[in-house]
Amino acid sequence: MSNIPFIQIENLNFSYEDESRKLAVLKNLSLTIEKGSFVAILGHNGSGKSTLAKLLNLMLLPDSGRILIDGVDITDENLDEDSLYEIRRRIGMVFQNPDNQLVATVVEEDIAFGPENLGVEPKEIRRRVDAAMEMLGISEYADHSPAKLSGGQKQRVAIAGVIAMMPECIVFDEATAMLDPKGRSEVMDAITMLNREKGITVIHITHNMEEAVLADRVVVIHDGQIVKDGTPRQVFSNVEELVSRELDVPQVTKLFHLLRQRGISVAKDVLTEEEAVKALLDLHPKK
Amino acid sequence: MLKDITFGQYFPGNSFLHKLDPRVKILSVILLIVWIFMANHILSYALLLVTCFAMIFMAKLPFKTVFRSIKGIILILLITALINLFMTKGQGSPLLDYGPFTIYEEGIWRAVKMFLRITILLVMTSVVLTYTTSPIALTDGIERLLSPLAVMHVPVHDFAMMMSIALRFIPTLIEETDKIMSAQKARGADFTSGGIVKRVKALLPVLIPLFISAFRRAEELATAMECRCYRGGTGRTRMKILKLHISDGVFLGALILLGVGVILVNAYAGAIVGF
Amino acid sequence: MSNESVIKTEALTYVYGEGTPFYRVALHDVSLSIKQGSVTGVIGHTGSGKSTLVQHFNKLLRPNSGKIYVSGKDIWEKSEENGKICFKVGLVFQYPEYQLFEESVEADIAYGPKNMGLSDSEIALRVRKSMKLVGLSEQYLGQSPFELSGGQKRRVAIAGIMAMEPDVLVLDEPAAGLDPRGRSEIFGGILRYREETGKTVVIVSHSMEDMASYCDEVIVMNRGEVYLSGGTRDVFSHAKELSEVHLDVPQITSLMGKLADIGYDVPRNVLTVEEAADILTKILGGGKAC
Repeated sequence: MSNIPFIQIENLNFSYEDESRKLAVLKNLSLTIEKGSFVAILGHNGSGKSTLAKLLNLMLLPDSGRILIDGVDITDENLDEDSLYEIRRRIGMVFQNPDNQLVATVVEEDIAFGPENLGVEPKEIRRRVDAAMEMLGISEYADHSPAKLSGGQKQRVAIAGVIAMMPECIVFDEATAMLDPKGRSEVMDAITMLNREKGITVIHITHNMEEAVLADRVVVIHDGQIVKDGTPRQVFSNVEELVSRELDVPQVTKLFHLLRQRGISVAKDVLTEEEAVKALLDLHPKK
Repeated sequence: MLKDITFGQYFPGNSFLHKLDPRVKILSVILLIVWIFMANHILSYALLLVTCFAMIFMAKLPFKTVFRSIKGIILILLITALINLFMTKGQGSPLLDYGPFTIYEEGIWRAVKMFLRITILLVMTSVVLTYTTSPIALTDGIERLLSPLAVMHVPVHDFAMMMSIALRFIPTLIEETDKIMSAQKARGADFTSGGIVKRVKALLPVLIPLFISAFRRAEELATAMECRCYRGGTGRTRMKILKLHISDGVFLGALILLGVGVILVNAYAGAIVGF
Repeated sequence: MSNESVIKTEALTYVYGEGTPFYRVALHDVSLSIKQGSVTGVIGHTGSGKSTLVQHFNKLLRPNSGKIYVSGKDIWEKSEENGKICFKVGLVFQYPEYQLFEESVEADIAYGPKNMGLSDSEIALRVRKSMKLVGLSEQYLGQSPFELSGGQKRRVAIAGIMAMEPDVLVLDEPAAGLDPRGRSEIFGGILRYREETGKTVVIVSHSMEDMASYCDEVIVMNRGEVYLSGGTRDVFSHAKELSEVHLDVPQITSLMGKLADIGYDVPRNVLTVEEAADILTKILGGGKAC
C-alpha cells in the first residue's frame, strides 16, 4: 500500500427522485482511497454504499461534489466518451448476483468479453484470458457453461472477466452476499490475493464482519454519511456504536466487550480467536 | 422435468465436427435441408440416413443422447405420419379400406417419407449445429455470414448479441421456472387439473414472478455489461478469429457430393429398382 | 417441544437424472425424525442434500425408495386425509420474495389460504395474524409487494406460508443475502410462529451462528447422508467431526473449545456469546479475587 491517493471523493451528494419525493442517499460524503489499499465498506441495506459504488465508475452521476480518479475529475461535464470507458476499465465492478453478470455461454468467452469491448488484439486477449483464468484457478472450466458452475466459481469467472481488462481498482458490491461459506472463502481468497500480490486497489462492500476484518481499512456508512473510518481494530473496538448502526461485530470482539462491561479489564480491540486466547492467557495464566 | 430437455444443448468436445467453422456448418445445414427435400427415392433416403449416422459417429456423440432429443417430438412425428398415411389418396386400389380409414400404397410411402424427412432433418441440424457448436460460435457464425448486411444499416451485431444472451439465459430461466413452480405448488397451486381457463389462470403465479425476474436480470446484466465497457459492435474485436481450414473445404465438398448422389439416385435408381 | 416426532423418514433415497450423464445420488439411506414443537436446523454444504431432503417433506419430490411419515402417516400412501400435504408442511424456498405476484401484500399472503378453500373472513384474519408474526404492520396490507424493501418482501413471502398455519414450517436459507437487521427480523418472526402456535419449525441453513442461536435440534447432512444429529449443544460440541466435513462451529464455540484444550475449565458446547461471557466472568472474576 502506498500513500498516493487513487480515488478522491469530495463533498458528494446524491439523491434518487421519483414523482412524489426526493430521497437523499449520499450526504456531503468525502473519502480518499489510496493506491493499493484494501478498503471494506460496511453499512446496512439502504445506507448508500451501493450507490457510492455506482458513482465511482459513472454508472450514476452525483448531484454535486467531485470524484477524482488518479487526479482526473470524472464528474466533469466535458468528459468525453473515451475517457468514460477508460474509467470503467480502470475501476472494475463485481456485483452480487453471479448469474446476472455473465454474458457468454462459455467461461473463457465471458472473460474475453471486456477486452473484446476495448478493442484489444485477439492474441493479446487470448493471453489475458489465460492469465486471468490461471490467476483465479478456473482454467479447468475454460470451456464449460457458467450455468453449470457453483456460485463461488461463477463469481471467480466474473472477477477474471474484470481482471482481463487490466483494472487498477476493483469494487466488489456485496459480491459474497449470495454465496455459501465455501464460495465466500473462495472469493475472499481471490480478493486478498489480488490486493496483496497484484497490488490492485480493492473496495469491498459487505455486511459480513469476518470479511471486513481482512481489510486494511474499514469505512462505515450510515444514512449516506461516513460515521466510522479506521483500521478494523479501531472500528470494531467500538461495539456499542456498531450495534446501534445495526451492524454485527465478530463474536470474540463482542465477548470481550461483554467482559469489559462486567468489570473485567480486557483489551478492546480483539478481532480473532488467536488474539482472544492469548489475551485470556495473559489475564489468567494456567499453571 | 424441464431441466431434462437436451434438444438444442451444446455438448463440448473436440471432434472433427466440433472444430469446423460455424459459417461452414450453417451453410452445410442449408445445403442438407435442400438435399433432404430433393430426396425422392428410397435409396436417397438410405443415403441420407447413412450420412446421418456417420455424422453422429464423427461428432463422437452417444447415440442414446441424440435419440433422446427426438423422443420429445416423437408424438408430432407419429401424428404427421398417420395423417399422411390415411389422407393420401392413391391411384390403385386401397390396401386397406375400413370405414373412414383407407390406406393406399402411396400413403405408406408418403408417411415413411415424411417421418424420415423430419427425423433426418432434426438429427442432422442438431448434430451439425447445436450439439457440436457452442452457441457463441453459432451466433458468431451468423453474425459474420450476415455482416455484409451491416453496410445496409441492418444491426447485425445487435441481433447476434441478443441471440447469444438469450441462449445464455435459457438454462437460468428454465431453472427459475422450475423453482417458482415448486414454490407455488408449496402454496397449494394446482397446475394439472381443471379446464383450459383454470389452467392458464393457475399459471399466472408462475409467469408474473418469472417476468419480473427476467426484467430484473436484464437490468442487472445491462449494468454489468456497461461496466465492462460494452458499447455495441463498434471498435469491438474478438478473441477467436474465424479461419477456414482444409477440413472445412473437405466437409463442404463431401456434402456437395452427397447432393450429387441424391440427384443421381433420384434420376436413375428408379429405372433400376423400380420403386 | 415433545419427544413425539412430527416428521419421520425411513431409509430415504433420492437420485437425480437416472440413466443420464448427470446421474447423482442426492440422498442416501436417510433416516431421521423431527420432534413436534422443536426448532430443528438442517446444516450442510451446498450439494449435501439438505434442500433436496426438505422438498420430500411436502411431496414435491418423490423418493426412489424409503418412506416419509408426517404426523405418523405415510405421505405417499393413498388416502383422503393427507391429500394436501403442502398445507401441513409449509415450505418456504430460498429467496422466496421471487415468488410474489399479487397486486397487494394482502392478496399475496392470501394465495395459500385461498388454495386451502378457507372462508374470506378466516383468510382476512390469518393474513393479519401472519403479518403480525413477521412484524409487518397493517399499513402494508394494500401496498404492492414490489414496492417494499428486500427484507420486507422476504417477510411477506414467509407470511404467505405462515398464513396456511402449517404444522411444520420449513424454511430454506430464510436469511440468505440479508444484512444483520434483516436477518434478526426474519428469525424473530420465525421464532414467534413457533412460540404462538406451538408448531414445529425446520430451518435449512449453512450459517452455524444462526443454527447455534435459534435451534433446539440440529441435523448435519453430508454427501446425501445424515452425518450427525441431536440436540444443538451436543452436535456443536463435536467441533472436530464438524471440521472434518468443512463445517465450522461458531467462533465463540471454537474459542471456548480452544480454551478447554489448553486446560481451562470451560465447556466445549457453548452456543452464544452471552453464555461464554457468563462462564468467563466466573473464571476471570475468581482469578482476580485470588
